[in-house]
Amino acid sequence: MKILISGNEAIAQGAIDAGCDFYSGYPITPQNELTAYMSEKMPENKRIFIQAESELAAINMVYGASGAGARAMTSSSSPGISLKQEGISYIAGAELPAVIVNIMRAGPGLGNIWPAQSDYFQATKGGGHGDYHCLVLAPASVQESYEFMFKAFDLADIYRMPVMILGDGILGQMMEPLVVHSAQCTVHCAQVKKPWALTGCKGRKPNIVKSFYMIEGDLEKFNLKLQEKYKVILEKEQKYEGLFLDDAEIVLVAYGTTSRIVKSALKSLRKKGIKAGLIRPITLWPFPVDVFAGIKGPKIQKAKFLVVEMSYGQMIEDVRLALNGKFPVEFLGRSGGGVPQEEEIINKVMGMHKK
Amino acid sequence: MKKIFSKPESLHDSSTHYCPGCGHSMAHRLIAKIIDELGIREKVIGVAPVGCAVIAYDYWDFDCSEAAHGRACAVATAIKRVRPENIVFTYQGDGDLAAIGTNETIHAANRGENITVIFINNAIYGMTGGQLAPTSLLGQRTATTKLGRKKETEGYPLKISEMLSLLPAVKSIQRVSLHSPQEVMQAEKAIKDAFLNQINKVGFSLVEILSPCPTYWGLSPRESLDWIKNVMVKEFPLGKIK
Repeated sequence: MKILISGNEAIAQGAIDAGCDFYSGYPITPQNELTAYMSEKMPENKRIFIQAESELAAINMVYGASGAGARAMTSSSSPGISLKQEGISYIAGAELPAVIVNIMRAGPGLGNIWPAQSDYFQATKGGGHGDYHCLVLAPASVQESYEFMFKAFDLADIYRMPVMILGDGILGQMMEPLVVHSAQCTVHCAQVKKPWALTGCKGRKPNIVKSFYMIEGDLEKFNLKLQEKYKVILEKEQKYEGLFLDDAEIVLVAYGTTSRIVKSALKSLRKKGIKAGLIRPITLWPFPVDVFAGIKGPKIQKAKFLVVEMSYGQMIEDVRLALNGKFPVEFLGRSGGGVPQEEEIINKVMGMHKK
Repeated sequence: MKKIFSKPESLHDSSTHYCPGCGHSMAHRLIAKIIDELGIREKVIGVAPVGCAVIAYDYWDFDCSEAAHGRACAVATAIKRVRPENIVFTYQGDGDLAAIGTNETIHAANRGENITVIFINNAIYGMTGGQLAPTSLLGQRTATTKLGRKKETEGYPLKISEMLSLLPAVKSIQRVSLHSPQEVMQAEKAIKDAFLNQINKVGFSLVEILSPCPTYWGLSPRESLDWIKNVMVKEFPLGKIK
């Protein structure tokens, strides 16, 4: 079935089709359509919806629902995601599965409701306290916004960790055709058993959901267990899309909405005979380091890199780390509600090409 | 010979870390006893606070969740919505329930979540070294009010139970104490009522338990019980609030 739908609503429908049992959220622009859609469709599908009293309450409800074994999710936008950081750290520390959707808007502070990609650091470098990570997925279309919900809930259940969908105001608001999965979650989703969940201790020893380890040595041991988990994820779950990498002399790096603008620029550049290519990270954590390091994927020959973001330079740090000095890296970014324009990108690449 | 009294099954056979004269161990035992009596140990899911009772789950023998400081009512809300057949309760101190967690407490109550809330009010923050609590009395000396609580700068002791009683979805609020055997028996009855309300799907029920903290009140265990009886009860009257 093909429908015309907004990114926000596609995420919501994707969550429902992926078997989301529990949603809690708080209104915040530009993701309100997601919450409103869930408020209607979750009860229709006999799932649980709560409009919480704050984003803080919402993430703690997700913690509770997940602890009780449910597929649980919340959504918000940048300032609200800031409020959730404590809860996300607790979710990571208690090894609970959870899906958190951030439809980014410009900041800092109250900012405005225009799109941005200024929460990359927050999403990938922590945000909350402690040595933990969220697995971060960056859709770049309404179809991906829908499909990634299946991935998100599966990955959350398999690895027992918070998974973040990092979108932005453009992705949330725009409308595109969407092909919906005809079958429900039971066909498409990983069926992960949760023997650790709080269901009442009938027939077993009691379960405790916690992140507190006061006995000397226990917390360090637990942290090492988390680090092992993250190592496995780094090995197995990197994802990216590559365009024209076999002969690229200038490689652009962009994710989400920005990657679409870059793709348009690529068309023009290739017509002009410029050998430009694109690496579009799909997982922001784990960052697809292998393709940059030349360990996996096409072997990029001598090339210059241009990172394009709706920020003042966040993902670029991961690009530089991954390249480890192998190739020069430049940056083009706009934020505070400004969006990099196709013209700007083309001109920048032309300039790099001439040098 | 017939066995007429024993340690509750829902309580582990372990010694606790609580101070001599602390009310927590008694409150834990009462809850465990009621859970045994009502035969709900295998259905219960408890939500522990941040505070001295952060490891309450080490003393109880049923499913438990930790919660971030103050968030127990939000956590419990979700657990109960996901598992309405389970019996879900929170166990929270005065800071957890009525300072940092006030918003989550009020809204869980206002939504009428069918949960049981056990509120341990010892008018102080024990775990962190005896600081001011929302329920500390005027003039009470604490680590952060060395000259005594002043209404001009710290406000009045917060009557969260009375405030919650205004909400139509709140079905039962009782304030009890642990300062004498009679009061302990009354506390046990109130806890039983609150759990029965959940089982019978009556709705949100809260029990506030005035509890001693000899260490940070600077009193002996005996003096602490007297302080509750003679001073605290005047500020926080016992009985059925709703």
